Amino acid sequence: MVTDNIQSITPVLAVLVSAIASVLILAFGRYPNIREGWTFVAAFIKFGLVLSMLPLILAGKTITYTLVEILPNIPITFKVDAFGELFAITASFLWILTTAYSIGYMRSLKEHAQTRYYFCFAIALSSAIGIAYSANLVTLFLFYEMLTISTYPLVAHIETKEAIDAGRKYLVYLMGSGVALLFSTILVYYYTGTTDFAFSGIAGLALIPKATLAFLFVMFMIGCAKAGFMPLHSWLPAAMIAPTPVSALLHAVAVVTAGVFTAVRIILYIFGVELMKSSGLWLYMAYFVSITIILASIYALSQNNLKKRLAYSTVSQLSYIVLGALLITPHGITGGMLHMPYHAFMKITLFMCAGALIVTAKKENISEMNGIARQMPITMIAFTIGALGMIGMPPAGGYVTKWYLLLGAAELDQMILVGVLLISAVLNAAYFFPVVYIAFFKEPDHELKYNEAPMFMLVPIVITAIISISFGVWPDAPGFFYDIVSIAVANVTGGI
Amino acid sequence: MTFDIITNNLPALTVIIPLIAGFLTPIIGWINRKLCWYHVMLTMFIVFLITASNLLTVINTGTIHYQFGGWAPPFGIEYVIDLLNGFVCIIIAFIGLMVSIYSKESIKKELPGKTIPYYSIYLLLVTGLMGMTITGDIFNFYVFLEISSLTAYALIAIGDRKDGIVASFNYLIMGTVAASFILLGIGYLYAVTGTLNMADMQNILPTIYDNKVVLAALAFFMAGFSIKVGLFPLHTWLPDAYTHAPSTSSALIAGLMTKVGAYAMIRFMFGVFTPAFVIDMTRMTEILTWAAALAIIVGSVLAIAQSDMKRMLAYSSVSQIGYILLGVGLANVIGMQGGLLHILNHAVMKSALFLVAGAIFYRTGIRNIHQFKGLGKRMPVTTTVFLIAGLSMIGVPGTVGFTSKWYLVLGSMEAGMWIFVLIILASSLLNLAYFWRVFDNIWFGHPHEVEKIKRDEAPLSMLIPMVILAGLCIFFGIFAYYPLHYILEPLSNMLLGIGVLP
Repeated sequence: MVTDNIQSITPVLAVLVSAIASVLILAFGRYPNIREGWTFVAAFIKFGLVLSMLPLILAGKTITYTLVEILPNIPITFKVDAFGELFAITASFLWILTTAYSIGYMRSLKEHAQTRYYFCFAIALSSAIGIAYSANLVTLFLFYEMLTISTYPLVAHIETKEAIDAGRKYLVYLMGSGVALLFSTILVYYYTGTTDFAFSGIAGLALIPKATLAFLFVMFMIGCAKAGFMPLHSWLPAAMIAPTPVSALLHAVAVVTAGVFTAVRIILYIFGVELMKSSGLWLYMAYFVSITIILASIYALSQNNLKKRLAYSTVSQLSYIVLGALLITPHGITGGMLHMPYHAFMKITLFMCAGALIVTAKKENISEMNGIARQMPITMIAFTIGALGMIGMPPAGGYVTKWYLLLGAAELDQMILVGVLLISAVLNAAYFFPVVYIAFFKEPDHELKYNEAPMFMLVPIVITAIISISFGVWPDAPGFFYDIVSIAVANVTGGI
Repeated sequence: MTFDIITNNLPALTVIIPLIAGFLTPIIGWINRKLCWYHVMLTMFIVFLITASNLLTVINTGTIHYQFGGWAPPFGIEYVIDLLNGFVCIIIAFIGLMVSIYSKESIKKELPGKTIPYYSIYLLLVTGLMGMTITGDIFNFYVFLEISSLTAYALIAIGDRKDGIVASFNYLIMGTVAASFILLGIGYLYAVTGTLNMADMQNILPTIYDNKVVLAALAFFMAGFSIKVGLFPLHTWLPDAYTHAPSTSSALIAGLMTKVGAYAMIRFMFGVFTPAFVIDMTRMTEILTWAAALAIIVGSVLAIAQSDMKRMLAYSSVSQIGYILLGVGLANVIGMQGGLLHILNHAVMKSALFLVAGAIFYRTGIRNIHQFKGLGKRMPVTTTVFLIAGLSMIGVPGTVGFTSKWYLVLGSMEAGMWIFVLIILASSLLNLAYFWRVFDNIWFGHPHEVEKIKRDEAPLSMLIPMVILAGLCIFFGIFAYYPLHYILEPLSNMLLGIGVLP
């Protein structure tokens, strides 16, 4: 498939807009309304810029811009392709909603250091879009580290001993894995002289010895600890100490999505479909992530804290995405890539619901939520939609991706992987249905009156829930995620 | 005509201007003490311009040879400016300028009544460092080495604190041992070659490499310079000296003294001896890399154990000097570039960090990092500089630390030394450990006490140099292409004897 390349500075602007906003946020720290106003303005501009590139992407073109050559032969380059655009649209759209939600949440709880919070949030968004639009590993690494550092103050926001410990854990895992990512990046450069992402992978990698290749792959996957593979996942549940909008940022908008995005980028755009297939690496890794899929679901079963249960659910679901990319068939890759935005939208719905429960009902533990749906019906309906999506049942979008994943696994005759996906669906049902059941059908301990979360929080919840349903009802709406994914899949598989 | 006299003598003026200015300082201070600061700043600025001009000349037209009094090289003293010392000279001049701007308020508070001697010694130290770097004569080098050492002892001991005097005395003993080694080496080489000119020596030495005296000379040099740069395990003077010196002295000495030591080591290995001798025949570079790798790890680990900010930074210097020497010792073009680049990077980062430590001490009197709570609100600019320089030390991309790390790792891979790859990467995690502890103390862990803290920032004359240095941490992190392409790549080729200067 021929793709035309267009030179344009738009991707750079899309990255920079929130970085510029972060300065304004600091400057107007004393005036909360103006400060949050800047966040909103930046979020809308960013989404607009990202969206403005969509028509070109849908027309099968790519957009590049080289900013500066930091070292001889090592440029900082942005390149917008279908896969990057997929992540960028997800992240920039959800930023608008999380901003609204943050205002509701942070003001209701009268949180301290809100300026720092919005400042770091804006930087994190710049980093996320930077990751999405990176044209090579060095650029990606730059933003990957920026994302880690800028989210640390958000994770440790409460500043209690516990929060700082969680922050440290977060930092050690992610910066530690960053070192592995840097090592692998330099190694790729050492062997091939380039770190550019290419639709068919970097050709030079096929020439290096097989053992080295396997080692490189393992180092890369350690480098993607943001994707939450077991056993490198424990930073994610620990980070649940952060305010709920931050959890939404971690789980849906930026951090883990950046992690799986990076993992998929490396699998498909560095190693490439052909090399993954010929080296057999895909199968080992597919089994490896299957362990995460099952084990994380089992962990989730035992969590009473709702946010922790969601966190383990994320760990499990992220591995679906990576598994999809590993299933090197067009169907498998479609399932994996499509699950990235779908999971983001559904998981953010769930997290925002959990946050609404904290703010309005002051409840974090599932065992305390008897009959809570009588108090907060809209929130709990949205929660149910998200949960259905996670399990893979209509009407939410989860079943679409699960279908493609199963198709991919079946095409490759990997009945073990098919089994993993089915068992995981059962486990998902086992930990989500009790929450729904308790909320709707258990008698409350005392009389509950209708009392929903503030509008700033409720509206984003409703929007993401509706979009989650639209994934399931009309997945192939023109210009929607499915179209973008099919272009990305055509790119990496050579349009088979 | 008048301009010709200046332009023709620029190499000599690099040393002579700070020397004369140093002796003028007491007179100027006698007229009005406040003028001293302007005098030093102006001198440093002129020296900076001269070094910049020298470097540009070298880049454009090649090595500058300057003969003192018109005496031809093997007999007279020759100043030779090539890419290597042109590069180091401009770093010396720039850091010297930054620290001199900063020193105004700091000296007023920390060294009341000692302004005049301080500035006088300051300029003499710069003279010594410049002279060591610029000279092409091995004995002349020794003279300047002594000038810089003696002035450095004085600058460390000049404070009122007893610790400073002890630390300085400790440094004096170690430094004198080092200088004696170097002098012995020089004497040996003079005995066998009959010349003191470096280039001349390099021509003669290859014919007598089987002579044991030459080997002994190399050993003396390496031992002497290892003490001078504080290479582990010969670093013991360094932490005390850096910790107990007045703030401006530590910034200057930490930023420059060890860098010039490293320069001298490189110059002697590759500019007096030949690459073939130090790399293949004696395998001195290989020994150096192992010592450097050890220094990287031990320095970082010891830094984690410190609670005094300046002492932590001092141990971090021990580790960072390892980066420079590791890169040089790898003896391939990529690694060499990484090591040389780190001379610039570390000078910028470490000076910024010591200036921050000084500014915090100036405002609050605190040096223990566990008492830094709330500082983020009290001194936002200073702490932001600390954040940027700290992230550079960790090697976050977009800062200078990343560029040298990239080259050092790539160079280690090229040399097939995978253990060094591991050490460099592990060290960036160790750096993370000791810097993040400080970040946490500055910004986190006390949400409610912070609300009441008022802003109380360091004076402008201290902030400007810090902010400039922090800006450079980012500037050279993004635009490292320029020093690498124009200076370090041809320089590394030249040092390793691959290809010729353009």
